[in-house]
Amino acid sequence: MKFNLMNSAAAIGLMLGATAGAGSAQAADLTLCWAAWDPANALVEMSKDFEAESGHNMSFEFVPWPNFADRMLNELNSGGKLCDLLIGDSQWIGGAAENGQYVKLNDFFDAEGIKMDDFLPATVTGYAEWPKNSPNYYALPAYADVVGWTYRKDWFSRPEIQAEFKEKHGRDLDAPKSLEELKQVGEFFQGREIDGKKVYGAAIYTERGSEGITMGVTNVLYNYGFQYENPDKPYDIEGFVNSDGAIEGLEFYKALYECCTPPGASDAYMSQNIDAYKSGQVAMQMNFAFIWPGVEVDPNVGGGKSGYFANPAGPAGQFAQLGGQGISVVANSDNKDAALEYIKWFAQPEVQQKWWDVGGASAMRAVVEAPDFAASQPFAQTFLDSMAIVKDFWAEPAYASLLLPMQERVHNYVVAGNGTAKEALDGLVKDWDEVFEDEGKK
Amino acid sequence: MSDSVIDRAARATPEAMAQKVKGLSDRAIAWIFVAPTILILLAINIFPLIWTVYLSFTNFRVNRPNNAVEWVGLRNYERILGDPDIWMTMQATAHFLIWTIVCQVVIGFTLAYLINKKFKGNDLWTTIIVFPMMLSPAVVGNFWTFLYEPQIGLFNYVVGFVTGADPSSFSMIGEVSLAPWSIVIVDTWMWTPFVMLICLAGLRSIPDSIYEAAECDRASKWRQFWTITIPMILPFLMLAVLFRGIENFKMFDLVVQLTGGGPGNTTTLTSIDLKREAFEKWRTGFSSAYAVILFVTVFGLASIYVKALNKVKQR
Repeated sequence: MKFNLMNSAAAIGLMLGATAGAGSAQAADLTLCWAAWDPANALVEMSKDFEAESGHNMSFEFVPWPNFADRMLNELNSGGKLCDLLIGDSQWIGGAAENGQYVKLNDFFDAEGIKMDDFLPATVTGYAEWPKNSPNYYALPAYADVVGWTYRKDWFSRPEIQAEFKEKHGRDLDAPKSLEELKQVGEFFQGREIDGKKVYGAAIYTERGSEGITMGVTNVLYNYGFQYENPDKPYDIEGFVNSDGAIEGLEFYKALYECCTPPGASDAYMSQNIDAYKSGQVAMQMNFAFIWPGVEVDPNVGGGKSGYFANPAGPAGQFAQLGGQGISVVANSDNKDAALEYIKWFAQPEVQQKWWDVGGASAMRAVVEAPDFAASQPFAQTFLDSMAIVKDFWAEPAYASLLLPMQERVHNYVVAGNGTAKEALDGLVKDWDEVFEDEGKK
Repeated sequence: MSDSVIDRAARATPEAMAQKVKGLSDRAIAWIFVAPTILILLAINIFPLIWTVYLSFTNFRVNRPNNAVEWVGLRNYERILGDPDIWMTMQATAHFLIWTIVCQVVIGFTLAYLINKKFKGNDLWTTIIVFPMMLSPAVVGNFWTFLYEPQIGLFNYVVGFVTGADPSSFSMIGEVSLAPWSIVIVDTWMWTPFVMLICLAGLRSIPDSIYEAAECDRASKWRQFWTITIPMILPFLMLAVLFRGIENFKMFDLVVQLTGGGPGNTTTLTSIDLKREAFEKWRTGFSSAYAVILFVTVFGLASIYVKALNKVKQR
């Protein structure tokens, strides 16, 4: 008996030792890179579960949005080893896939039973596929995002404001359903005094340096008939980018900038619009949906004071600019296996549900199509409506070369007031044609 | 009899090495000492320059390591020199360069002239005036975006107070007509003290005896200023112009923080445009040609200027 007891103790000891040894041999230090914003903080908290389950250590490298692309694309292009996992912008997928900077995930998804059908189709196309609409996956949809609108429901519902608006426009003041209505509401609030303070119509994207004004103006251009290319002939852009509808759309965005934005809003992107809205400066703000959980809990504008609506329709339809990102494994990482483990963990339905609950934005259908999802948050239905109408910017490997001229041409017309909308879009066609010729696509 | 260091070093040198060195001339030994420095300079200055010139004739993109690099001859240069947008950035740079130098020299010299007079609190004022140039350009850029804010900015408030205009009726960094001046104002605020210090050094280097002689000749203060102060301080002023000119030709951080190159491309200086071409569009060959053109321009202008400066100094 004593012998058996000693043998058992030795065996248990050996097993424990072996387990501990195996654990320490496999434990990796993983670094996840993303933008510095609220959802990233939520992910840090969630990732503690992964650390506990896997034994791996997680580190995070978060870069502020205006520098995010610069910093991370430099990292990828220089073959750096800083990031094992990267939650990169949707437009980077083409370049990262073609340059071998992201690990192709098809075999891994097949082996682990991860199905892209389980995610919203727009997010799979936008965040994971390259070439688009082909079953080649380089990311798992990680954060579903889209441009939408927030408005001051408490102001809109005031009887005196309601009465004045109805008298002026012959309809009730409510969340705008069309871009024309949006402009009317913006003009109505512009310069109005509310609670002794001068307020303005709307905060829209006008930022020049990174991608701001492009992410804003496309919400109007799409709805006026702008298309990136001839649907029947790829990279044929003449007459699509600068169609009559697109020109009208660009003129509308300039009119919106001039009629309804606060003074000094010539270089505004996400954080400036959040500030303008939360400080009670504007009645409406254009922004990505990621801000909505923060609005809801804000002491000034949260707790039912704000409402949400999808980007309003224009003459050619209703679309909204896709935001959001997929999570990818960096090909240069020394910890690819552990990074894949993280993706496997993140793709679990219960983790995705928790991701939504803590302020993330899941793209998993099991989460967003659940019967109680629409009622789970005041903005949940708007999120669903918006995700159903998304369009995205080019995701070509030369996406930065395509983005920069658009920033310049649009800002030059809308904010600086140089030239006409037609000249701006004709110039853009010239710039983009040059890029496609350089790329050998034309 | 005490050993000198040289004696001890000579005794410590191995015989074989001593034999080798014994045959070397002074010039050869000098080369041995200078060679490491020259090699380092070649590696970190000259080689990248030559490499940049080579890349400027290719279509190389650093983010496409797998693509074949093609020799494109002068195509990059032709595209740059024929691009109206690049000429606009050149114009924006010239506007910035000329006006910042004019403002900084005039104000800097005036401040130096005043500070040079002995008065109570002289040192304190010097320290206060010099303070802006101790700050980081990125911090200054951010700081001034708040000062220029139409609704809460101090700058707009002061202008409104003085002129009676509505402070929120104009945006220094959002309007095409004002934005180029907004960057001139901030750079002048930050770097005038630098010009002032150089001018102050110049003023203090003028011997009092010259002014005393002028006094004996009954020269008026105005005449002393034009015939003694200005000629003697001119080399210092020219040096300040050279430093500020070179610095402002490559101005980047302050303007990026302040306007991001906007509105439109109103304040997109060549350095900002070059950075976008090189590290956002990743057109390495094209941006190398752009860099070569800028280098030749600055180097050429600076060489001519330095010759003029030397002539002034020799007068």
